[in-house]
Amino acid sequence: MIERELVIVGAGPGGMAAAISAYENGVRDILLLERDQYPGGILNQCIHTGFGLDYFKEILTGPEYAERFIKKIKAIPEIELSLRSFVTLLTGDKLLTYFKPGRIETVKARCLIMATGCREKTREMVHIGGTRPSGIFSAGLAQKLINIDGLLPGEEIVIVGSGDIGLIMARRFTLEGAKVKAVIEIQDKTRGLLRNVVQCVTDFDIPLYFNHKIVKIFGKDRVTGVSVARVDSDMREVTGTGFKIDCDTVLLSVGLIPENELIEMAGVRIDKKTNCPVSDETNKTSVPGLFVCGNAFMVYDLADSVSKDSEAAGRLAAEYLKKIGRAG
Amino acid sequence: MKKKLICIECPKGCSLDVDIENCRVVKVTGAQCPKGEKYAISEIEDPKRILTATILTKGFPLKLLPVRTDQPIPKARIADAMKAIRKLRVTKRVKTGEVIARDFLGIPGVSVLATRDLEMLK
Repeated sequence: MIERELVIVGAGPGGMAAAISAYENGVRDILLLERDQYPGGILNQCIHTGFGLDYFKEILTGPEYAERFIKKIKAIPEIELSLRSFVTLLTGDKLLTYFKPGRIETVKARCLIMATGCREKTREMVHIGGTRPSGIFSAGLAQKLINIDGLLPGEEIVIVGSGDIGLIMARRFTLEGAKVKAVIEIQDKTRGLLRNVVQCVTDFDIPLYFNHKIVKIFGKDRVTGVSVARVDSDMREVTGTGFKIDCDTVLLSVGLIPENELIEMAGVRIDKKTNCPVSDETNKTSVPGLFVCGNAFMVYDLADSVSKDSEAAGRLAAEYLKKIGRAG
Repeated sequence: MKKKLICIECPKGCSLDVDIENCRVVKVTGAQCPKGEKYAISEIEDPKRILTATILTKGFPLKLLPVRTDQPIPKARIADAMKAIRKLRVTKRVKTGEVIARDFLGIPGVSVLATRDLEMLK
């Protein structure tokens, strides 16, 4: 079996920053696994600006931000970037199994960094009643359909939740000719950044309802509308405040969950409420030499913060390898 | 006249109080950095945004090339800009930062830039 010094899972803003930092701290054998056919992770579909101000002191789009790291990775021969490589199995002694087109590989990592990011919460996790027609998407999925695949998922949109991706998609749908009829937020303030409320919602006169929730989704084959009601301070529906909005599409932007099933499989302790690894220190887990960085460790507001903390994971990995190297 | 704005120059989102006289900004308070004042003046006197969008490619595995304007364009021209963007096609390999269209919308000096490398997969 092949043994590698450091294996990193995920080549997004976390994994790429971790790989570069590990190299800069002395690691000379790095395998970077990415399931997509391009490196960059979710940055590739985030075509809007708002990246890099912290990290590069420049305003960049997601793909531009990714490109900075991709260039660096490609210039370091000690980092092997393996694309279309999907990890399906991880054991406590850091044995990874992954699929590549046409084959299955197993590799033993002396040290492992998981930069697997996070995924979006679904309708089932926020308890919206009604039917189950087509036309219900998570905001990030709609973003991929529009920005990568060139498909417009609907024409009359209601967005549930005011997370950043939802706000960004309100603008994106509007620019592409769809009508965003409302953004519905159950809390009394936005979950996203204020600047996104300004430039994505206010700029386009899109109604934004705070203290409101979607009660029901209507439609048999396709969404035909939603019912909305005001909630009180205990988030309970206030009777008599309900109204209906006709739409063909519902987008959900109601939060993100760290994606940590692989390390859970390996026996790492996970907080079942947040899906974050249980840890006293950033990037560390209950298994020595197994680090988690970026949104898989905790959900960050900015990709810049992901990259910064992931650099620390690269340093920790280098220190760990030096330590076990001496011991062995 | 007084107006409240939220600065969009960085993720902090400073709350700005703007004093306006005859459509001109005379005083800005609440900004944590100099960008806030600049933003408030532009937002009141000549609001602008950077536009990001995608354009169709021909003959590449990547269907869409993400693009941006290299500088903010007038907010009032965003709809026109999207119409113009929809007509653009890219048929050649491009690198991030390469100019796709010059003097965009007839505004001298405004370019549309590729924000991603467009190449054939190896």
